[in-house]
Amino acid sequence: MHIPTLIPEVLGHIGKINVTNTMINAMLATGIFLVVGILIKKSINLRPSGIQNFFEHILEMLMEYFDQVTGDRKKTLRFLPVVGSVFFFILLSNWLGLLPGTGSITWGGKMLLRPANTDLNLTVAMALFSVIASHIFGFLTVGFFAYGNKFIQIGTLIKSFKHGPIAIFTALVEMVVGIIELVGEAAKVLSLSLRLFGNVFAGEVLISVISAIAGLLIPTPFMLLELLVGLIQASVFAMLTLVYLSVATMEVHGESEH
Amino acid sequence: MDHESIVTIMKGLTMAIGGIFPAFAIGKIVAKAMEAIGRNPEASGKLFVPMLLGAAFAEAIAIYSLVVVFTLK
Repeated sequence: MHIPTLIPEVLGHIGKINVTNTMINAMLATGIFLVVGILIKKSINLRPSGIQNFFEHILEMLMEYFDQVTGDRKKTLRFLPVVGSVFFFILLSNWLGLLPGTGSITWGGKMLLRPANTDLNLTVAMALFSVIASHIFGFLTVGFFAYGNKFIQIGTLIKSFKHGPIAIFTALVEMVVGIIELVGEAAKVLSLSLRLFGNVFAGEVLISVISAIAGLLIPTPFMLLELLVGLIQASVFAMLTLVYLSVATMEVHGESEH
Repeated sequence: MDHESIVTIMKGLTMAIGGIFPAFAIGKIVAKAMEAIGRNPEASGKLFVPMLLGAAFAEAIAIYSLVVVFTLK
């Protein structure tokens, strides 16, 4: 019985970089996207048919799903490159982990293919990308100082000097709250990465254990569950990224008179 | 008690305790969704996705305790 280890196994080296089996899966997913993208681009039509139709349908469903959060088709289209690619990448790497060959093909005694999201490096990298992208979009949309004011509220402090001591006190309290928000950003990265990693890794351990206990058709319900879990986790990750992006690019409230 | 038995017991306890409240939370979320569908069966399409989203968030807390179990040794 081979329960996957927390640290992915190193299969070889390219220069100084270790090549792990999860990296191979991630490269495989990227390669599949590249090939499909080039195929669609070569025969692109104003009246879609066949494979282009299929992907346009999926994209339409995805955009309706994202419209629930942003409420505005233009905003969805603006964020679609970031959020859509995160969604499709996570979905494909989760589902690639269910194909036969994952876990059974070995290379020098170690597994050759392993679901890419069982690697904490990948999930933390994607979570960092999402959170940092939300900050960058916030800077680009609202302006550098206005966005920084949401966290370290110096602008509010300066404006409150002319309103009297109570306003100054409120502004100081808001400044502490703003600094605590920075800790909240780190919590966002942790929760995003650990949620995805935990779900996929636990599914992998479950399937390994069940396959070692009982053969034939008994692992099948668990693999169907893994299918569903892969889809749900991809959509949750993408939806959360979209929420962070929308909140970061929200317009600042105007000054209210007390 | 030696180190290994303490680790084993704590692994079991972590997951057991860490799974109670997420289980309640998910049960409550889905129960409310069922109630809403019962009142208004046509809204079931609109309710499904937010319910799934809420359940995934509540489940994430149980996953955190699972990750702690993996790191114990």
